[in-house]
Amino acid sequence: MNTLNTTVTSEADVPEEKAIPVQDERPAETVIEEGKTVGTPFADDPKFKLRNVEVFYGEDRAIKNISLDIARNEVIAFIGPSGCGKSTFLRCLNRMNDSIDICRVKGSLQLDEQDIYDSKRDVVELRARVGMVFQKPNPFPKSIYDNVAYGPRIHGLANRKSDLDDIVENSLRKAGLWNEVKDRLDATATGMSGGQQQRLCIARAIAVSPEVVLMDEPCSALDPIATAKVEELIAELSESYTIVIVTHSMQQAARVSHRTAYFHLGHLVEVNETDKVFTSPEHELTESYITGRFG
Amino acid sequence: MTDQRSQAELVRQSLKRRYRKERRFRAYGIAAIAIALSALVILFADIIGKGHTAFIKTTVTLEVDIDGEAMYLDDASDERQMKMADFVEPLIRALMKEIPEAGESDRDDVRDLINPYASNQLRDALRENPELLNTTQTMTFLSHTDVDVYVKHAGDASYSIKLNEKQRGWVDALYERGVVDTGFNDVFFSRGDSRDPSRAGILGAIVGSLLTMVVTLALSFPIGVAAAIYLEEFAPQNKLTDFIEVNINNLAAVPSIIFGLLGLAVFINLFGMPRSVPVVGGLVLTLMTLPTIIISSRAAIKSVPPSIREAAEGIGASKMQVVLHHVLPLAMPGMLTGSIIGMAQALGETAPLLLIGMVAFIVDVPDGFFDSATVLPVQVFLWAGSPELAFIERASAAIMVLLTFLIGMNALAIWLRKRLERRW
Repeated sequence: MNTLNTTVTSEADVPEEKAIPVQDERPAETVIEEGKTVGTPFADDPKFKLRNVEVFYGEDRAIKNISLDIARNEVIAFIGPSGCGKSTFLRCLNRMNDSIDICRVKGSLQLDEQDIYDSKRDVVELRARVGMVFQKPNPFPKSIYDNVAYGPRIHGLANRKSDLDDIVENSLRKAGLWNEVKDRLDATATGMSGGQQQRLCIARAIAVSPEVVLMDEPCSALDPIATAKVEELIAELSESYTIVIVTHSMQQAARVSHRTAYFHLGHLVEVNETDKVFTSPEHELTESYITGRFG
Repeated sequence: MTDQRSQAELVRQSLKRRYRKERRFRAYGIAAIAIALSALVILFADIIGKGHTAFIKTTVTLEVDIDGEAMYLDDASDERQMKMADFVEPLIRALMKEIPEAGESDRDDVRDLINPYASNQLRDALRENPELLNTTQTMTFLSHTDVDVYVKHAGDASYSIKLNEKQRGWVDALYERGVVDTGFNDVFFSRGDSRDPSRAGILGAIVGSLLTMVVTLALSFPIGVAAAIYLEEFAPQNKLTDFIEVNINNLAAVPSIIFGLLGLAVFINLFGMPRSVPVVGGLVLTLMTLPTIIISSRAAIKSVPPSIREAAEGIGASKMQVVLHHVLPLAMPGMLTGSIIGMAQALGETAPLLLIGMVAFIVDVPDGFFDSATVLPVQVFLWAGSPELAFIERASAAIMVLLTFLIGMNALAIWLRKRLERRW
């Protein structure tokens, strides 16, 4: 609970000066108009249809009236300075914020035209469809096999041992880990390297065949080689999954995503094709951020 | 340049000061540990010094002529005759034979060398095997406690020797010839309490402690762990749970005798449960141990990294699955350690058990949860309060046994923690 809470406070309570250290350089006339996003936030037949989303931590409004569509099988990157609410927003998509007592979510969030925050909605079923990979690799302190098999087991996806073996092998293959670990599936996962652990976490997430994979800064704890492997993996996964990735690395966003969304102080400022965001951003805040003037 | 040099000089001086401070601080620490250790050494030396003799018993081995005529007995299978028969006479005659210098007038002094219960031993042997009548048997009996004290502590000023001069001479002679002998005190480990120190043992107390601990563990571990899981994982954060938390922490600090009063008032007076029984003792100790187990279990649950919880939730594990599959296995070592330490505390607890009657004088080894019993620390309390020095040495020996159990339990806790500890 502790880390969770700290992320929360860092996202909600950080005063403006800290979120934007070189605030002075920001053009003085820049005013963010609430609920207004430049670019192309909407799509036809989206996977996620998110309208007027607001998130409160107690009295603090961490997400301010955001509307966004996430298309099927696209990779969308959320970028923005620390404390801008991108992780908070990501966590709304599979209700990982539920365990935080003071967190309230308003607005309409739909997955395949079904309300995510409907009181009748089963959060377990939702998370089986919308998997998540976290910032720090967090394998269970169990064997590699059991890590991947855990999801299919609790959801009853495999009735026979051979089915489960197949799922584990397929998931590890998709995560590009099979050749490295096929001879030591019984070894504990915590003994692997950081990059392997993160790919194992991705294998674990896709073992339950989700439709969407949410990734919260998946490479921030990895070295460049492991990062390259994970990015490769994201590109491959995008063929069959919708991927939402939060990242602090703009190069990474440029490399892996189709669309990029720029968040700023709880606002969604701009959403555009990734190429366009990084070559000719429409909003001046986006431009300031990607040119490194703050953030 | 001069500026820089003087700065380096200043740093060097402050370094010297810092190191001096560090050395002083380390000396304080070593002194503290030395004091604690020497206190421990004194304690152990005292207990072992006083108690080690309790592990030695003094016996008398006699050629007993089981003469039916002298015992007024001609059929050992006849229960009525057995009740009337005199089992002391053959023992006295056997002793007199060993001490030729003793005359008829010394009969009483001779009789007092052998344990008053020795005649029962002879009777039991006959009852078991009536054919022994009118034969001569070599039998070993416990000596009288006074002889035991004399043999073990002659010359020790703190013990008063109750044998008279004549008796001392006899015992010395008999000891020389091996008729009076010493050996490992198996009686101490195989019998319950007794009025006679040389026949008193701690088996009754050990069994009583064991039964009480079984009740305590069976109740306090599941209840404590369940309460900790609920409070940590499921309970809403509100005034009520805050209130409960404060009260649990408070209960851990309540003097144990209060729990004894509670047990007396509720379990015995209100529910009408019997006095002095392990069940009630276990219930009272459960109340006392629960806060310890709840607090340590909650700490263990809290120390499970949130990333593991998130990982499981992210895959779609329900709350129950997160707790059962991930939190509980990871928290188990901490919970077990806390519980074992709680149990060790309960094992050494005396005050609450005095109030529910487990302080009664109980000779028989308890044979069930509803049989009157006493426990080890209470046995120590009973013997330590006795005026007879022979009991004092047995109290020290009982303390040694109790400490052995406690050290064993704590070692088990450490071993379990080391064994089950997992890295993540």
